[in-house]
Amino acid sequence: MLLIAFYILSSVVVLSALFVIAARNPVHSVLWLICAFFTSAGLLVLIGAEFLAMLLVVVYVGAVAVLFLFVVMMLDVDFVELKQGFLSYLPAGALLGLALLAEIAVVAVAASSRAPSGTFDPKPGAQTNAEALSKVIYTDNLLLFQMAGVVLLIAMIGAIVLTLRSRPHVRRQSAAQQTTRRREDAVELIDVKPGQGL
Amino acid sequence: MERMFEWGGGVWGGVGLAALQVLAFMVVLLISLAFLLLMDRKVWAAVQLRKGPNVVGPFGLLQSFADFFKFVFKEIVIPAGANKTVFILAPILTLTLAFVGWAVVPVAPGWVIADLNVGVLYLFAISSLGVYGIIMGGWASNSKYPFLGALRSAAQMVSYEVSIGFVIITVLLLVGSMNLTDIVDSQAGGIWNWHAFLLRPDRILLFPVMFTMFVIFFISALAETNRPPFDLPEAESELVAGYQVEYSSTPYLLFMIGEYLNIVMMCAMLTILFFGGWHSPIPIPVGDMPDWLISLGSFLMFAVKVIFFFFLFAMVKAIVPRYRYDQLMRLGWKIFLPTSLAAVILVSGYRVFTHQFGI
Repeated sequence: MLLIAFYILSSVVVLSALFVIAARNPVHSVLWLICAFFTSAGLLVLIGAEFLAMLLVVVYVGAVAVLFLFVVMMLDVDFVELKQGFLSYLPAGALLGLALLAEIAVVAVAASSRAPSGTFDPKPGAQTNAEALSKVIYTDNLLLFQMAGVVLLIAMIGAIVLTLRSRPHVRRQSAAQQTTRRREDAVELIDVKPGQGL
Repeated sequence: MERMFEWGGGVWGGVGLAALQVLAFMVVLLISLAFLLLMDRKVWAAVQLRKGPNVVGPFGLLQSFADFFKFVFKEIVIPAGANKTVFILAPILTLTLAFVGWAVVPVAPGWVIADLNVGVLYLFAISSLGVYGIIMGGWASNSKYPFLGALRSAAQMVSYEVSIGFVIITVLLLVGSMNLTDIVDSQAGGIWNWHAFLLRPDRILLFPVMFTMFVIFFISALAETNRPPFDLPEAESELVAGYQVEYSSTPYLLFMIGEYLNIVMMCAMLTILFFGGWHSPIPIPVGDMPDWLISLGSFLMFAVKVIFFFFLFAMVKAIVPRYRYDQLMRLGWKIFLPTSLAAVILVSGYRVFTHQFGI
């Protein structure tokens, strides 16, 4: 049962990954990519790492891929132009693909020659894997985790600094000002006598 | 997950039984949705001093079924320039995701299809996928208004998901488990244990924090389900009907059912996370009541709470005017996000502190 599920899911992953590069329409490519992400989450559930599976869906499918889709949909893509560049990119692409394939082959050979060290257990000592993961991240490797957080913070500040422009003459809405505004600030009633004017 | 396969008749028997269970659950859900839809319209009508639908059946009770047949028997129109596959796929995806989320919702003790350890996270993941139906539908229509509606909706849902996520984290920190049944059971024993009104002596300091989180979750749920006052994706006055403009007949019906299922799901999440799930506000001594009676009572309690929240959703729709888009974004990013982040820090600090000193 588990094996059947594994083969179904993994073939879906491979096929949709194939369609990501084979699809003519870039939006379809992103949709196939989302399909691949979602199905890999299924694979993670199969090995018992349900926490990671959910995180994969929340982070990659729910947030990152939405932004991908957002950007790709708004691009004005000319399909004819896109096709023309294919041949000129082919040698570089093929070289890169071959290099990656060779690396995978080397790793696979090296890994198979090493004796398996113990069995893989997503739930060590009857903990849920969220607990096991949090012990590793927040207790054993707390410093590294915080440093990673600081690196991300710096990247975020950098992005803000690069895009922040101060435009002095823009009138902005201030909700606090609007809600604290009273009748007396805005309207003044004056009893004008006839024939006198203000 | 694992429990699903243990029931009699080996693996396939278990699968068959689970399938039957799912089917029964779906039917119950759809029928109750029909009446909730009617309730929505009736409440709306009552606020506006109208009678609402009252022709089909007694008090208009069968109105939703009449609407169902009307939609189903209409012709499906697919625009010529539309991307056909994606156009049809979008409403199906919306409906499927709306149903799939219900798999982990416990409606009474033990009455749940899949009792996942990461139940809350699963719900969060599924609800974050809901945006795809809208964005795909809007894009595939190959038309301006649907596309603008879809883009608005994507930005809106992604923004409010963030604060929903943090609010959920505060609850998880208090409970110490991501299992929905555990979350409900941790609120047993009376209204002072519910996370919305946390007046238990050892946690009374967190009452203002958790009540704020409850309010934030409620408002973010309105935004997440594109309900008024945050229904900008389908703002009639600006975008005709947003991403649904080109949809007709059954695909439109699927979108609508999916949307309402999501709303009821948010009501159920509010009930589970903040209103004690199936536990009654004042503990009822069960004594030696038969199990089925306890289950039934619990289920009714759960249903009453969900209907209460649905009523609130309907009242908000009737009373509150629509937000402007920049105000919506300001509310999400500048008010809800910092508030919920601060709450996460406060609650986790409180937990660590009390744990350290054994209070």
